[in-house]
Amino acid sequence: MKFGIVVFPGSDCGYDCHHVLSQVLEAETVFIWHGDKNLKNCDCVVLPGGFSYGDYLRAGALARFSPVMEAVKEFAENGGLVIGICNGFQVLTEAGILPGAFLPNRGGRFICRHVYLRVENNQTPFTLLFAPGEVIKIPIAHQQGNFFIDSPHQEEVKKHIVFRYCGPQGEIDSRYNPNGSWENVAGIVSREGNILGIMPHPERAAEEILGSEDGRRVFLSVIKWWEDKKWK
Amino acid sequence: MKYRGKVIVTLKPGVFDPQGVTIRNALHTLSFREVEEVKAGKYLEIILESENRSQAEKRIQEMCDQLLSNPVIESYSYQLEEIKN
Repeated sequence: MKFGIVVFPGSDCGYDCHHVLSQVLEAETVFIWHGDKNLKNCDCVVLPGGFSYGDYLRAGALARFSPVMEAVKEFAENGGLVIGICNGFQVLTEAGILPGAFLPNRGGRFICRHVYLRVENNQTPFTLLFAPGEVIKIPIAHQQGNFFIDSPHQEEVKKHIVFRYCGPQGEIDSRYNPNGSWENVAGIVSREGNILGIMPHPERAAEEILGSEDGRRVFLSVIKWWEDKKWK
Repeated sequence: MKYRGKVIVTLKPGVFDPQGVTIRNALHTLSFREVEEVKAGKYLEIILESENRSQAEKRIQEMCDQLLSNPVIESYSYQLEEIKN
């Protein structure tokens, strides 16, 4: 299977994703420039973290007008696998591909550290190698990670939460919520389950030398899901 | 005709505004104790060419809906004035 990493001006985590996918996992991986109009026949598109368009106006607000986003939207609507990490998650919400919006962190500061996440749903292409309720450790690095969803949509989005910020034993508590996200949300999937938005950076936790390998399984899950589908 | 649209984007009531809270606390530090609340928002000035006033208003509204504000968390208001040479 082939991964495509979209590069917006100001995306600075694309090379980390490329390294993990192509070197650590040895998967075929290409970059897709934001001005491209096609996705180079990729099977999974990654919108990486960073500061697309300098976070001007609102984080992610301008990236959605890049020519490539038309193709990403169409790909996503047709069931294609899409992962938005950090700023990529913000882009997906701004583009209306995933619900919700992001506010500045509750404490007003940029936060960069490892956090614990609880896997709330392992029945998705991105989490099938995790145990239900498993606690994993992946770093966050953001200033606007405070996930907000307006009350009419809360019931619906609740069903699609995949990762929540938690304590070392999986405790869900506001103490372990680094940024004030609604329901401690760290990651959600779309209604059909083919689009993942995740605020923490799994690509920064894919090698032992970096302190955690938990993030690797997000990408390995995708590869396994794809291989299984191929044989069905 | 040339118009100037003055757009103000603010967070909807009830949406947490850490910037506003931080500014309020700073004002308290400067001993402006009477400050109860600060709301931070964005101000944008848009100069546009339009046939008439109602057309200009319509275009500004479309800009606000499609880009300048995020309807999930923000609301907007604007003033429009004609620029005379």
